[in-house]
Amino acid sequence: MASPPTASQGDDAHWRRTTSLMGLHLGLWFFFAFVVHMLAPVLNKVAVFGFPLGFYMATQGAPLLFLLQLILFVRQQRRIDREACVAEDEF
Amino acid sequence: MVFRIPVADRDPFASPGRACGLFVAGFAGFVLLLAGLERLGLPESWLGSLLVLGTLAAFVAIGFLARTTRALDYFVAGHRVPALYNGMAGAGSVISVASFVGVTGTLMLLGYDGLAWVLGSTGGFVLLAILIAPPLRKLGAYTVPDVLAFRYGGTPARLVGVVVLLASSFLLLTAQFYGAGLVAARLLGLPFEAAVWIGCAVVVLCTVLGGMRALSATQVAQYVVLIAAYLLPVVLVSLKTTGLPIPELAYGKAIAGIAAREAQMLKDGLATAATLKPYLQPFTHMTPLNFFGLVLCLMTGTAALPHLLMRSFTTPTVRAARSSAAWSLFFVFLFFVLAPAYAAFARLGIYTDVIGKAPGALGSWLFGLGEMGLVSICGRDAVSAQAVADACQGAAGYSGVIRAQDFVIGADAVLTAMPAMAGLPFVVIALVAVGALAAALAAAGGLAFAMAGTLAHDVYCRSVVSDAPAEPRILAARIGLVLVAAAAAAVATMRPADLLTLVAWAFSLAMAGLFPALVLGIWWRRATSLGAILGMVAGFGLALFYILVTRYFPQAGVAHFGMTALADPTTGAPLVDVARAMADAKIAADIPAQATNPLQSKVGWFGLSNLAAGLPGLPLGFLVIWGVSLIGRAPPRDLQASVMESHTPRGHPVLLQRD
Repeated sequence: MASPPTASQGDDAHWRRTTSLMGLHLGLWFFFAFVVHMLAPVLNKVAVFGFPLGFYMATQGAPLLFLLQLILFVRQQRRIDREACVAEDEF
Repeated sequence: MVFRIPVADRDPFASPGRACGLFVAGFAGFVLLLAGLERLGLPESWLGSLLVLGTLAAFVAIGFLARTTRALDYFVAGHRVPALYNGMAGAGSVISVASFVGVTGTLMLLGYDGLAWVLGSTGGFVLLAILIAPPLRKLGAYTVPDVLAFRYGGTPARLVGVVVLLASSFLLLTAQFYGAGLVAARLLGLPFEAAVWIGCAVVVLCTVLGGMRALSATQVAQYVVLIAAYLLPVVLVSLKTTGLPIPELAYGKAIAGIAAREAQMLKDGLATAATLKPYLQPFTHMTPLNFFGLVLCLMTGTAALPHLLMRSFTTPTVRAARSSAAWSLFFVFLFFVLAPAYAAFARLGIYTDVIGKAPGALGSWLFGLGEMGLVSICGRDAVSAQAVADACQGAAGYSGVIRAQDFVIGADAVLTAMPAMAGLPFVVIALVAVGALAAALAAAGGLAFAMAGTLAHDVYCRSVVSDAPAEPRILAARIGLVLVAAAAAAVATMRPADLLTLVAWAFSLAMAGLFPALVLGIWWRRATSLGAILGMVAGFGLALFYILVTRYFPQAGVAHFGMTALADPTTGAPLVDVARAMADAKIAADIPAQATNPLQSKVGWFGLSNLAAGLPGLPLGFLVIWGVSLIGRAPPRDLQASVMESHTPRGHPVLLQRD
């Protein structure tokens, strides 16, 4: 097991990248969870797969986007951890 | 290896794929066998009982096989549950009987506005994975109050955490037993109270011997049962009505059918514009404030409810805690994307099979529900065609066929009504009920164990994780489990508020009480103990105040706290004439307010319904923690360093290093 870097420089970079990734994903989350649905009355005038778009976004669109977002987040955070040498050893 | 654990003798997660596959195959075979027996003419009461007893026996057996006497296994499943199965167990906790029965019904009744539950139940996992789960795993705590005690310096923070945890979990646990009682009583023909106690006994038997390890294994099995039970009828109905076995795609046709039928009904005089709220139109049952308020409550509650958070303590690694939240979302997604399809097929079925039909042409499924008091037509329980015809004779403007405004169905009835309406075999209907039961048991197990764990660990032992003797702690947890389960079952037999209201309140309490303290504790080094304690008390207190006043003391809310009537979402008019109600001596003296009181849950601040009671408490909690922390002295340097370390996955759990 390699010892983690103790230089505060490396820690700072890891912390900065972690928090900005967090901020980015919170922004996406807020958009999919609230902003899109505030526009539902307007979006409902468009149809996809037979659904009005506003209704579709709330039944399937937003949950699907949440899922894709989390898959992306898990990969991105893992990469940040690895590059800062603070990832866990692979089992 | 970071964290070496001795291999357990009977660990269900040693080869989880094989165990899970075995269970799936066994369960599928069992259901097919019963379907065959139905063809051979076995009576329905036998089929229902066999299905329930067989499934419950399997859950209890799994719990028994996973028994353990080691504290690490008992409280955090030995940190050995792989991300995928941990996610599946987490999904089992989220998809409670309230989602299974209540959300299906609400989606059918409310249309678009019911989707607040879908959005809220899925989006919460984004917050959980991004903000909370991974650092919690790195801390290596056993319970949520453990985390608070570590971060906010000891006993006071721990005790406030215990209070919030117990209050929110107890409400939810009551809802689970209540739901399990409703479902099992109907399916088995038992008295409601007996059914509640059976559910309680199964929860205790599943979890008491193996703790978190047994709970994780049974929750995986329960998720399998509930998703299969929900999927089967909706796939069959989808195939039947649209020829496509993928309900997620096919129900676009049902949606189009609903919209067309609504227009037709209005034209034919089968519905009035005043009473028919279009299924697809947003914000007809809830104002945007209440819709988005409920969404936010459900999301932050998902990220703060202890029985869901404790799933981040059981994974092998920090990275697994993160991907476990993503897996949870995947499994929850499978269910919640299906629920609107299920509801839409039910809605379309009612529009075509009930509305516009003469009483003599109604299906027999409807009279069964009428006998249980779940369907009424023209103001009376629909027990037979004759009863319906008699009731409707007197109705104004009745022309021989049932109109939309004549028909009332309880939300709880939709789940079993949909497959019955479509004429599916009895085994399918019984399977849906068993799925609801599995959902109740999975959530109830998690809740009961979260409370038992905290009673043993935080109240009885009051110790941070250490290698202190395991026996007294495990014994305390076992006793605690029996006590909380029995107490919640006893309350459930009194039939408190309806399912979804109990759930929304529990999420609100967790949201306002725990979410700000957890998020700021993890992400803001400067947050102090005093700030967090005051913030938790303020947020939790405000949420509790809002629930109690609007529901039970609305008169005081109007007289002393400046509350006004909630508004009708479509017209904007007040839902209740407050001045007139307050002038009525009988209503003013009705304290606590009974269900008949017109003010009950109809007043509030800024038109906020108590379904989103946590909404004012959330910003208050954040503000108090922020303000009080800035006034006080910064936390000690080593604590600040530990907070930073909780964000780096590598290394030993933070709590272990401090011992």
